[in-house]
Amino acid sequence: MEDTAVEEAEVSGAAELAPALVAAHPLGRSVAVAVGPELRVFDLKAGSVVSLSDDSGGGSHSDAIRAISFSANGVLFASAGDDKLVKVWRTDSWCCIQTITSEKRVSTVAISNDGMYITFADKFGLIWLVTVGQSGGGQESTDNNSVSIFGHYCSIITSMKFSPDGLFIVTADRDFKIRVTLFPKKPLRGAHEIQSFCLGHTEFVSCIAFTCLSEGSSFLLSGGGDSTVRLWDYINGCLLDTCQVRDKAGELLEPNETEDNNLAIADICPTNDGSLVAVAIQSFNGIMLLACDLVAKKLSFLKVITMEKCYIPISLASSFSAGLLWTVMGASNMPNQAGSQLLTRLHIIPHFKNGILASSDHVPTVLVDSEVPHGEKLLLALQGSLDIAKQDEVLASMQAALKVSMHKMLVKKHYSEERREHRKRGRNDKKIKK
Amino acid sequence: MPLPDEAAGGNSVAMTSGDGANGGGGGGGGGGRGHHQGAGKLPRKRFYRARAHSNPLSDSHFPIPISPDEVDLSQHYPRYFPAGEGESRDGDAAAPRIRFADVGCGFGGLLVGLSTLFPDTLMIGMELRDKVTEYVKERILALRASNSGMYDNISVVRTNSMKYIPNYFRRAQLLKMFFLFPDPHFKEKNHRRRVISMQLLDEYAYVMEVGVIPEELLKADPVVKLLSTATEEADHTIARIFPLQAKAINFQNKRRESEERRTSRTRVSEEV
Repeated sequence: MEDTAVEEAEVSGAAELAPALVAAHPLGRSVAVAVGPELRVFDLKAGSVVSLSDDSGGGSHSDAIRAISFSANGVLFASAGDDKLVKVWRTDSWCCIQTITSEKRVSTVAISNDGMYITFADKFGLIWLVTVGQSGGGQESTDNNSVSIFGHYCSIITSMKFSPDGLFIVTADRDFKIRVTLFPKKPLRGAHEIQSFCLGHTEFVSCIAFTCLSEGSSFLLSGGGDSTVRLWDYINGCLLDTCQVRDKAGELLEPNETEDNNLAIADICPTNDGSLVAVAIQSFNGIMLLACDLVAKKLSFLKVITMEKCYIPISLASSFSAGLLWTVMGASNMPNQAGSQLLTRLHIIPHFKNGILASSDHVPTVLVDSEVPHGEKLLLALQGSLDIAKQDEVLASMQAALKVSMHKMLVKKHYSEERREHRKRGRNDKKIKK
Repeated sequence: MPLPDEAAGGNSVAMTSGDGANGGGGGGGGGGRGHHQGAGKLPRKRFYRARAHSNPLSDSHFPIPISPDEVDLSQHYPRYFPAGEGESRDGDAAAPRIRFADVGCGFGGLLVGLSTLFPDTLMIGMELRDKVTEYVKERILALRASNSGMYDNISVVRTNSMKYIPNYFRRAQLLKMFFLFPDPHFKEKNHRRRVISMQLLDEYAYVMEVGVIPEELLKADPVVKLLSTATEEADHTIARIFPLQAKAINFQNKRRESEERRTSRTRVSEEV
């Protein structure tokens, strides 16, 4: 049954859909949504749409964007995708200061905490590093060449983050592994010293995030295809706690939807003070909140914020200062809809800090369109149109196709014994042929 | 010993074709094999032949321990870790740990040879092909049965060591690793199938203990110096760190070669 499901998906051509992504400026100045090849940015301080200009001699992205990221101090923004380009933008002027070509399609990108290096990873598990060129310089030939600093063996890298103190770079891949590597002072020579492996997921790891107490020690959170969110002491590679999201989500979904592959974690986002974690789950129309106790090192289920029936958030972002959680739903176009506009749907959850949201008598709400900061302008710019309500079926079907394509990419295929033997029949090198 | 399902399936092909004469060699199907043989009868290689190359990039369908804590040592070394006590001993700091790893152990020759030389060290062999792993398992069982008290410290596991070494070993656990096979993969597109590559060297370094070989021995060994000058990995590293020097060396070499060619050509033409 597994095999037939896989073959159907191949036939329908839903292989290359990219999910919509959202990222928020750490200081709350702007918010960016990427869907397909389009990058839409809204400046929250000025209340206007940002038009992106490109100084480094290339056009905008020509194929689906797979990863976007702000740097920790908010000065730089990076976007990368299936067109094998990594673009670095300055967030004050929103002009692209550097375009780096990669040999393979890029699956994730990160900016080092001091803003000096960009790292990006491809589907073969190699992590590349480039020095950020100076703004306006553009034509310096020295270091637009990327250098491979380390790699996972032949595995799609799903997520890559720098630790808050800048000492470590953590990468997660499809082979259930999370690798913590020391990020050296001269990273161009390669990052060869592994600090630890965080092993414990039983399916692909889809997202990682750092969380820390305000005083200092930081921990790593990860979400995976096995429907668990795990808390790690990443310096020693110890698993501190696991939260089985599937049980809770299973109670809330209808029985026919709770199959293993449907409940993979799509994205996680912790609050600034490390007390709450928001979790987006595939097929689940809402956000699950987990309480994260970093002193006792425990994760536990807190509550669920349910949203309208067809809205399944696929990407989360939060800005520390404003206390807003941005959620987005959408995907790049199906091949037969090439001409139509790319639609996304955005929802915002306020009070994304401890205290209010965590208290048991507070009913979490989603901001109604009129309450959204800069209201309609923002929604128009980032969603593509205001009339999303009518497009619900389109969005839902896109989301379902997206889920199938991500499942195909990230979950290992299990061929049955007969199918394997069938494929081996073509081999002519078996000497035992009596 | 429990055997994985795929191995039983794979071996049934060999059974039907190679059977007839020697029933004791390949044995019957599944778990009964140990009983069919006389205790201590070595398996015969002709029933366990497999292709030399197995694809290391393909997704695995054998069970993998999720982390080093989940490696079931009582299955591999029953004398050291009696079954049932397994859980408590794994967490025990004084419990013996695997110290030698033979990556790509093939038919187990090195393991068997080292077992008697280092009788108190636990060793494990890692092999990707299932038939060959079965052969090594049978061989170890037969040796244990016919020489009591010996060969208890070796074992084999079927795994893709390029992908899953961190799943089996903790940080700085191994004293020695053995890679006894040539691994050329000449074409650039096949370089990622090599067992020794820049990325995998990081993982091997993580798994191995630091400071095992004293400095003097390292300095005295002429191979160590050549590692940083005469290997392909060294060339890559030098080209990256010192790009100008690498270009200069290349340029000098090319110039020398073209001069030699010119002089040899003129010499030939003079002779004629």
